[in-house]
Amino acid sequence: MPQLTDLLFYGFAALTLLFGFLCVANPLSRNPVTSAMFLVLTIISMAGLFILLHAFFLAAVQVLVYAGAVMVLFLFVIMLLDLKEEERRKLRKFTVGLGAVAVAAIAGILIKATLSAVPLAAGKVVEGNTKPLGVALFTQYLLPFEILSILLLVAMVGVILLSKKELK
Amino acid sequence: MSAMIQAGLQHYLIVSVLLFSLGLFGVLARRNLIVIYMGLELMLNAANLALVAFSHFNANLNGQVMVFFIITVAAAEVAVGLALIVALYRKRSTAHVEDLTSLKY
Amino acid sequence: MEHANTTVTAAAPAFSSRPEDLAWFILLLPLIAAAGIAFFVRKSNVLSAVFSIGAVLAAFFLSVGLFITFGIGGEATVTTPFSWIHVGDLNVNLGVTVDRLSVLMLLVVTGVSALVQIYSIGYMHGDRSFSRFFSSLSLFTFSMLGIVLADNFVMMFVFWELVGLSSYLLIGFWYEKPSAGDAAKKAFLTNRIGDFGFLIGILMVWAATGSVSFAGIAHKLGADPAALGSMASIAGLLVFCGAMGKSAQFPLHVWLPDAMEGPTPVSALIHAATMVAAGVYMLCRTFFLYQVPAAWPGPLSFLGSISALDIIAVIGGFTALLAALIAIQQNDIKRILAYSTLSQLGYMVMAVGCGGPDAAMYHLTTHAGFKALLFLGAGSVIHACHHEQDIWKMGGLWSKLPVTFRTFAIGTAALAGLPILTSGFYSKDAILDAAITGGHPVLFGLGVLVAAMTTFYMLRLVIVAFFGAPRTEAAGHAHESPNSMIWPLIVLAVPSVAVAWLPLGDFLSAHFNPHFHPHEGGGIFGPFNHAPLAATFGTGALLFGAAAAFHLYWNAPKDPLPGQLGLIGRAMKNRFYFDEIYDGVLVPLHDMLARLADWFDRWIVSGLIIRGVHGSTELVGRALRLVQTGNLQTYTFMFAAGVAVVVMIALKLK
Repeated sequence: MPQLTDLLFYGFAALTLLFGFLCVANPLSRNPVTSAMFLVLTIISMAGLFILLHAFFLAAVQVLVYAGAVMVLFLFVIMLLDLKEEERRKLRKFTVGLGAVAVAAIAGILIKATLSAVPLAAGKVVEGNTKPLGVALFTQYLLPFEILSILLLVAMVGVILLSKKELK
Repeated sequence: MSAMIQAGLQHYLIVSVLLFSLGLFGVLARRNLIVIYMGLELMLNAANLALVAFSHFNANLNGQVMVFFIITVAAAEVAVGLALIVALYRKRSTAHVEDLTSLKY
Repeated sequence: MEHANTTVTAAAPAFSSRPEDLAWFILLLPLIAAAGIAFFVRKSNVLSAVFSIGAVLAAFFLSVGLFITFGIGGEATVTTPFSWIHVGDLNVNLGVTVDRLSVLMLLVVTGVSALVQIYSIGYMHGDRSFSRFFSSLSLFTFSMLGIVLADNFVMMFVFWELVGLSSYLLIGFWYEKPSAGDAAKKAFLTNRIGDFGFLIGILMVWAATGSVSFAGIAHKLGADPAALGSMASIAGLLVFCGAMGKSAQFPLHVWLPDAMEGPTPVSALIHAATMVAAGVYMLCRTFFLYQVPAAWPGPLSFLGSISALDIIAVIGGFTALLAALIAIQQNDIKRILAYSTLSQLGYMVMAVGCGGPDAAMYHLTTHAGFKALLFLGAGSVIHACHHEQDIWKMGGLWSKLPVTFRTFAIGTAALAGLPILTSGFYSKDAILDAAITGGHPVLFGLGVLVAAMTTFYMLRLVIVAFFGAPRTEAAGHAHESPNSMIWPLIVLAVPSVAVAWLPLGDFLSAHFNPHFHPHEGGGIFGPFNHAPLAATFGTGALLFGAAAAFHLYWNAPKDPLPGQLGLIGRAMKNRFYFDEIYDGVLVPLHDMLARLADWFDRWIVSGLIIRGVHGSTELVGRALRLVQTGNLQTYTFMFAAGVAVVVMIALKLK
């Protein structure tokens, strides 16, 4: 009998894929704002999948950082640039076809590889709570963590520099 | 039969692959730089999903730590990337990849 | 592997106390001189001459010492201190052979070279390339010494080519003269044809015996005379090809007369001691190759028991006759001597072919002395007559050039073979004797005929050039050459006479035949005792030739022969049209081949292969350029496709 978690998995998985599809290939709208909105929904659905995988902290971060910060940034830029809809006639069938072929090839190969792998027996569950993750981050992964903070600083400086009116 | 229905590692991985493919398709087929960027984000998220699934089914936290890092880096990357798009738009007044072919020369 | 009747030592080189090791010094001294002149003292004429002459004189005295050691019973040795090439079965050492053959040859080469170089001081005085001349002479001497001392085929071949190179440098010494450049090229290319055969011969011998050292091959052939198989005679003839080029045997004789374009001392050196002697010396050195029974491969089996030696003898005899005939109708003093050299070389080769390498070497030695004398004498005459070379524009020189005349007369007598007094008589007698004892009566008759002709054309030269009245102004005002040119003539005149009384023939015979015993009743009348037929006929030929020459040319204002001989005379004068035949037949053939090669190069190599590669590369490039759209998504697509392929390979999916 399928358990509730399984049903939830199928639900979230279907939502994720559906929103993802609407994000990149919405047949009704080519407005970037629409895409951005569907991306937010995709990310939130994924947060549901994370919870099903007991990665509670990451689920929270996903919603906070992606759906919150990153998507706001996207929308902000879209508004700033005042982007129009993509003109439909520009969508060349050839390009789309080629893209589909490449995508299908990669997807086919990866799925085949996934299916041919030996299924893992489910072991004991680790809880992706804040505490164990925090312990891991500040003990085993302390150095990468610190380096990451420098990376963020560098990115910040870089963005400020890039966004200045006159690049001299 | 129930093993087929019960959500295992393979199920998550297939979702991850499909999501990745959607993202790739977006990168390949769309024209708007910002939407292409969104495709990239989708691909990154697909990788995140796979990592979290591995972490869960291997009972190992390392995968989640990695995802944490990826989210951070992705945030930084989005910031820089969008800043680049803004700079580019100021210069060329366009955010369409087809108008940006100066790499040819 | 390398044990013949010579002892082989692989001891430390040159610096032990054995006299044989002096050979290394003899070999290297001229090289040091050549290099020293070229690198350090090129600017100084005096120093160049001092270097070169000093080196060759030192080498000469060392050779004398070595020769004396052997005269009192030295042992033949092969010293191989350096391993040069060691690849698979091929084992080539840098070694020197010191035996009777080589010490005698060392003496000849260094002696003649020393005198020629001293003579050159006077002859080349004022030439702006004075030091280049001496450097080249030293190199030439070094190369020749290398051939003499080499203990294996490979080393000999290397020095063989070096001789070719240095002869090219010297014949073309006055390269600003087109004729000199052409003559140098002609000599070089003609030699190359012979060397090609020589090289193939060496390879065949090596393939059959597995050795390139003379001692090793001789040992192998001694144990099994059929070791060379059905190619024995062919291999011998191919090796002879090398001698044919260097010693200018028919049909490769055409380069030698043209080599007169070089300075006269060079001609003397080439004709007497260094270059042309190499071929005969090589035949004697490798005589063991020709002592095996005749064997021919299938298509040539009709030759039956005719051996390589027989063919060599016939070629030698034919060359001797041909050259003598041509010499009779030449008017250029140097050309007469050149054809005389050709004729005498034919003689020597004939002697080898008749199974008398000792006679050939004997004649080579004596001939080196008097031919050098004759050439230097001719140089002196030319020098005195302001570079006039036509004997019909000289005359009456005997009183004006007394020393030159006397020494030239001695040389002529030696070349003609004046009995008892001159060395030429004894060596020529040895050759005629070898022809009889070798069972070649026809060649003996031919030899006698050539001897008579030799006397005839040499006396023609002497009578026309030195007697009668001066025919031109220049000849009338001629005066004797400087001392540096006179003295070598005097020194060279000595061996032309004195060698006669040394038992050189026996010295050499003992080399080729360990069981040799000197003839009873030797001494200066020896030939009349043990080879009366040869001696008598030789003397008869001399008298006949002399009588004919005096009859025709004494006080003759111009050459009476062309009128009497008619067509044949014209042919003789024009060297039997060999150059014209080669020009008419070989040159177009060669041009055709060259055009074919050119066509092949132009259309197949350049057109098809090179342009094909270049074209396809460009085509691919043009096609790939279309891919570079500059569109990000195209690149992404290719990237994705690439990733797909890589993943597929990495996961080994089918």
